[in-house]
Amino acid sequence: MNGQQRRGFRAIYLLLIVPIVAQLWVPFYNRAEPSFDGVPFFYWYQILWVALTALCLFIVYRADAAK
Amino acid sequence: MSAALIVFIALFAGVTVLGFYASRWRAGDMSQLSEWGLGGRRFGSLITWFMLGGDLYTAYTFVAVPALIFAGGAVGFFAVPYAAIAYIVMYFAFPRLWSVAQAKGYVTGADFVRGRFGSRTLALAIALTGIVATMPYIALQLVGMEVVLAGLGLHGEWPVIVAFVVLAAYTYASGIRAPAMIAVVKDILIYATVIAAVIVIPAELGGYAKMFAAVPAKNLLLSANPFSNPGMFSYATLALGSALALFLYPHAATGVMAASNRGAIKRNAVALPAYSLVLGLIALLGFMALAAGVKAMPQYADAFRTFGNNFAVPALFLQMFPGWFVGVAFAAIAIGALVPAAIMSIACANLFTRNIYREFFRPNCSPEHESQVAKIASLFVKLGALIFILEGQSKTAIELQLLGGIWIIQTLPSILIGLYSRWLNGYALSIGWVCGMSAGTWMAAQSGFKASVYVLHIGSLALPCYAALSSVLLNIVVSALLSPIFNATSAPRDDATVAEDYL
Repeated sequence: MNGQQRRGFRAIYLLLIVPIVAQLWVPFYNRAEPSFDGVPFFYWYQILWVALTALCLFIVYRADAAK
Repeated sequence: MSAALIVFIALFAGVTVLGFYASRWRAGDMSQLSEWGLGGRRFGSLITWFMLGGDLYTAYTFVAVPALIFAGGAVGFFAVPYAAIAYIVMYFAFPRLWSVAQAKGYVTGADFVRGRFGSRTLALAIALTGIVATMPYIALQLVGMEVVLAGLGLHGEWPVIVAFVVLAAYTYASGIRAPAMIAVVKDILIYATVIAAVIVIPAELGGYAKMFAAVPAKNLLLSANPFSNPGMFSYATLALGSALALFLYPHAATGVMAASNRGAIKRNAVALPAYSLVLGLIALLGFMALAAGVKAMPQYADAFRTFGNNFAVPALFLQMFPGWFVGVAFAAIAIGALVPAAIMSIACANLFTRNIYREFFRPNCSPEHESQVAKIASLFVKLGALIFILEGQSKTAIELQLLGGIWIIQTLPSILIGLYSRWLNGYALSIGWVCGMSAGTWMAAQSGFKASVYVLHIGSLALPCYAALSSVLLNIVVSALLSPIFNATSAPRDDATVAEDYL
């Protein structure tokens, strides 16, 4: 089982730490500026990270599919 | 009859026809539970996308998330990072659940736990947790529906009763194929509504800058003190705890297991965040309602008195959209209640039938009998939710749903960790479950079941933490500490699964 798991792990998975930290480290984005078209940073940053999370998952998916 | 009502009724009638027609779609032998309850595991990537989207982003989500933002501002926005991070969990763990379910014929998460840990008691605990956490969720779908029906001027009990009788009838007949087909219509309506809303409404309000200027300064951002309550720490724990809990809900597991192949799960983890993007925009509707000043308008005062801030979004649509489009938007929300209510009731019925009825009462029942029991159970589940709401217990349903999140996460060590490792012991997991359930419920009780954040005092530090997260940590620690003891002293358990089943 453990051997199976280790074989299954790939370095590219570490990429997914980025969206997790970017979204859970709140002090980084708890501010109003720079705003975008009147939308405070707090809001557009988090909405943008939804798309970036999907992008990171897509990169990992492509790497998995190419295996 | 208003234009809104005509459009609404036409769309509602359309999906009803679709719901009954669904039983013929890729028809299978409906006397098998995996046909009625999982559509024969034949849903490809696209249908799975629509169905999970319809299943996870419910009518209540569309009403309650903007209502939170309308009332409290930034603190309610945690739903957005939550709905992104959840897909990272989905991407890794749930293809494994799909594979093992496929290999062993599992229909529920509790089936898996029964096979993995060989413990009937633990499987029963997992099944009961799933049922009690999901029931109030179904009731809340009715609340979402009631709110838009009231917005259309349909008051009283009969419209909700009619909607639910129709829903119960086609779920009984078509099983999960009905919500899977209806989800396609629902999602198209939701996307149309949201795109129209984010283009039309800010323009009418004079732009986003003007809209955000209407938000009280203290609600625009979280408190600068990270450990204030609510604050940045509680925000992060809410996002993380909710993300870990999402796919443990039985209706999510049902959606995953109904997929036709493992790749469909991974592709959906990549593509489902498209809905979370929409959720982010929907959340902003709360600020739009605030800027539009709907709460002060006398024509909505009655509805706000009855439904509280949950009426913010319907009031905003009534104020900003032409009548016919109000019909489209409200139909999107009402149909958005039907899809998850159907899948949730099927998921509860599967749990009851597989893990309680067959396990403890009729171990030798035939597949036909099993499927029939599940169909009837789905009726009782919906009836229970309906009675709950008609008795005027909406507030209790909201409190129970809040507890539901704290309860369902207690299945994490058995299901999520269990998908990767058999090291944890069934007895230890059962004791961990008891500890997590009691601690989580106790923490929520301290606020009179009003808040899900409980302040932990660690030394001189006061940490406001989502009770689901702190209680599941306790659960994991207890399970991990007791496992070596039980593993050493009790007979080795039989794991019905092998490593290859997960790949």
